[in-house]
Amino acid sequence: MLRRLHRDQPASFEFSPSNLKWAETQIAKYPEGRQASAIIPLLWRAQEQEGWLTQAAIEYVSSMLSMPYIRGLEVATFYFMFRLSPPGTIAHVQICGTTTCMICGAEDLLEVCKRRIASSPHEVSADGKFSWEEVECLGACANAPMAQIGKDYYEDLTPEILEKILDCFSSGEIPRPGPQNGRFSSEPKSGLTALNSMSAEKPSANPAVALALDGGDTLMRIGFSEAKD
Amino acid sequence: MTDHRKVVIDGRETEVDSGFTLLQACEQAGVEIPRFCYHERLSIAGNCRMCLVEIVGGPPKPTASCAFQVRDLRPGRDGSPPQVRTNSPMVKKAREGVMEFLLINHPLDCPICDQGGECDLQDQAMAYGIDFSRYREPKRAVEDLDLGPLVETHMTRCISCTRCVRFTTEVAGIDQMGQTGRGENAEITSYLNSTLNSNLQGNIIDLCPVGALTSKPYAFTARPWELSKTETIDAMDALGSNIRVDAKGSSIMRILPRNHDGVNEEWISDKTRFVWDGLRNQRLDRPFVRKNGKLRSATWPEALGAAAKAFSEGHVAAIAGDLAPLEALYSLKNLVEACGGPVECRVDGAKLPSGNRSAYVGNACIEDVGRADRILLVGTNPRVEAPVFNARIRGAWLAGAEIILIGQATDLTYDYGHAGTGREALEYFARESREGPDSERTMVIVGQGAICGDDGEAVLATAMRIANRGIGMLVLHTAASRVGGMDIGFNCDGGIEAALDGADAIYNLGADELDIPDGPFVIYQGSHGDRGAKRADVILPGAAYTEENGIFVNTEGRPQLAARASFPPGESKENWAIIRAFSAALGKDLDFNTLAQLRREIADNYPTLAIFDRISACEWRPLPEGRLSKGEFRTNIENFYLTNPIARASSTMAKLAEAGDGRARAAAE
Repeated sequence: MLRRLHRDQPASFEFSPSNLKWAETQIAKYPEGRQASAIIPLLWRAQEQEGWLTQAAIEYVSSMLSMPYIRGLEVATFYFMFRLSPPGTIAHVQICGTTTCMICGAEDLLEVCKRRIASSPHEVSADGKFSWEEVECLGACANAPMAQIGKDYYEDLTPEILEKILDCFSSGEIPRPGPQNGRFSSEPKSGLTALNSMSAEKPSANPAVALALDGGDTLMRIGFSEAKD
Repeated sequence: MTDHRKVVIDGRETEVDSGFTLLQACEQAGVEIPRFCYHERLSIAGNCRMCLVEIVGGPPKPTASCAFQVRDLRPGRDGSPPQVRTNSPMVKKAREGVMEFLLINHPLDCPICDQGGECDLQDQAMAYGIDFSRYREPKRAVEDLDLGPLVETHMTRCISCTRCVRFTTEVAGIDQMGQTGRGENAEITSYLNSTLNSNLQGNIIDLCPVGALTSKPYAFTARPWELSKTETIDAMDALGSNIRVDAKGSSIMRILPRNHDGVNEEWISDKTRFVWDGLRNQRLDRPFVRKNGKLRSATWPEALGAAAKAFSEGHVAAIAGDLAPLEALYSLKNLVEACGGPVECRVDGAKLPSGNRSAYVGNACIEDVGRADRILLVGTNPRVEAPVFNARIRGAWLAGAEIILIGQATDLTYDYGHAGTGREALEYFARESREGPDSERTMVIVGQGAICGDDGEAVLATAMRIANRGIGMLVLHTAASRVGGMDIGFNCDGGIEAALDGADAIYNLGADELDIPDGPFVIYQGSHGDRGAKRADVILPGAAYTEENGIFVNTEGRPQLAARASFPPGESKENWAIIRAFSAALGKDLDFNTLAQLRREIADNYPTLAIFDRISACEWRPLPEGRLSKGEFRTNIENFYLTNPIARASSTMAKLAEAGDGRARAAAE
């Protein structure tokens, strides 16, 4: 995919005070003269702050690390997870399209995205709320097909469930992340076949889901755990 | 302390430096390895994979020889030296495979490509590729870039070797080029399509192994096999870069660098490379004589007669400009001194001491930059005075040398300690720099800007005092003719003012960078209708530096032989021959009739100038200390692209000067 900077760019970028502090701790991890090594975490934080990577952000981060702008642009265009165009205001839906998910029906999910959101990836929907893209393996193959929306995984999806989730987001609610077909996590659908004793005192949600439920916001771009350090 | 290892390459045992790469080892053994991304003077990228070889007993896959060091080879089980094969079936298959991949996205547009005939990809596809393509899918296309008026881009042809990126980053010192995207969409770009801001950018045209980067002024004008190639010397700056001039018939089509480790490595500046269109414009192609205030064309006898008439009465003088070859200087000096007049080549007013070669050339050579731990730049901006030399200083800086500048702060493409702008800083530095390892490894480079003031000799004396403890001093000249002129004593006491003072007739050998006061009769001998010709009463049209054989002595005192690549246009003649003819018209015949006789005479009088491409040692004679005045050092070069009449006649140089001005304005805003 040809990756270019978006045609409409904001005039400037600056880290928020807390992100700036965070960025400084990241840079301090590397020895003197090797600050450029912090480029990926810093670009990532800039993307989390804005929702996407703007030209101003690339230049801001590059100058912060005393790198030529072109080196920042090289990194930003190399990694697909750096988003070079603005996402939907509510959520950017990332459908896993790699082997397992594809076999289990990821293509149907993509059809939903094309119909409900926009005909091509990275395009913002007519109401401005959503955008989507197909991504490479997100590592939840036992729960295929799945999508990452915001910071959380929505697993064991069907086209109907994905539509419901989108409806839910659209109306301002936060749907419950994790497996959508009643599974606790990635155990067999037909019930446990080993370590059966574990099933008795099972909590209501697996740890990842519980974290999201505790926080009450699966869309916040800088997650609960990362915000701390 | 070099460690040598035995390696068996294609069955033949050789001994090589263990720090060598396999590619270098093969090269030393006389085995050619094809390559695209590897270049001797750039960092190793290892991304084209064309240089694959087989290491016997090593990994079961081919190895990129440019990125594998000899010391990493393992000996055989019985302790026998490691074996490398470059002609095995594995290597042949690997090369064919790499070639096939490279050609997947390379367009088959050789018939309309300027690189055709001198293309690495074309040659290597012939030598190492297969004779058909299995690829039936669509090829990719890439948008072209606008890199400015010099480098034309056809990025679809790019094979992503990244030589241009590495050159601009490492040697030219600009950070505009890079490779964005990945996989099939990887493309070489300049940041947001900016034009390149470097006066060495033309070198990426040579470096590009395919036709992705080609020369814009030369585009679609000639094929390499129809050009006659002449190996000669550049005269655009005092470095004496080794060049090859390619001519088609009578016109110069392009200029390329030649390798010379001691002078220009294998780079040349954009002025050197692209000035050739200036050789076609504004030429003086027949003699002129001023009649009733207007210059009218005349025959040679008329012009020589008019010149001789004016020259035979009153005080006479001769001055020489920046592009004059040694033979012309020597002839003119002998003639004018026979007439009892002074001669002068220091037309910019530089206070180079006559007769003391250690002070007007220095005792360090260009290559010494690589040995220095500390380089002191005095009143010079090497980026405009000698860009290729500046790249060498940048190389020393990258290798860890400390650079100190006394002079106008400017972007030199490397970091430097700015010790001050003028004489006070130099004096302070000379006083404070004590003996020690630092000063022992110091090299002093003095620019013409530092020694053009009245206290020029005192500045030189101070620089020599600092250099005395270190590697030495190099005077960085800006005029190709200057050192040769000083060597044969084309100068007089009191400099240019004294030479012109009271002269009734002045013989001006191509000096266009000064104003000759009204009054004296001026005979101008030169190649271009520039300032000098405008002020002339008689114009004698001469050859330009590519049109005659001549000797140029470069800034480190290295005499080099320039050769004729084409003939002077119209009725113009070789410079020494004009002066010889003038001497006959004057009735004071010079005693040589051919260039060979003239050269023999020079060799008899100045034996060191007859040993080409060698820097003759000179006695180190520090100048007596003088009083430094006050004030800042300034470089003499106002605009890099417009320093001599040939460059001023070139439309390419005009475009570059304009682009440079635009950039300066944008930076000021």
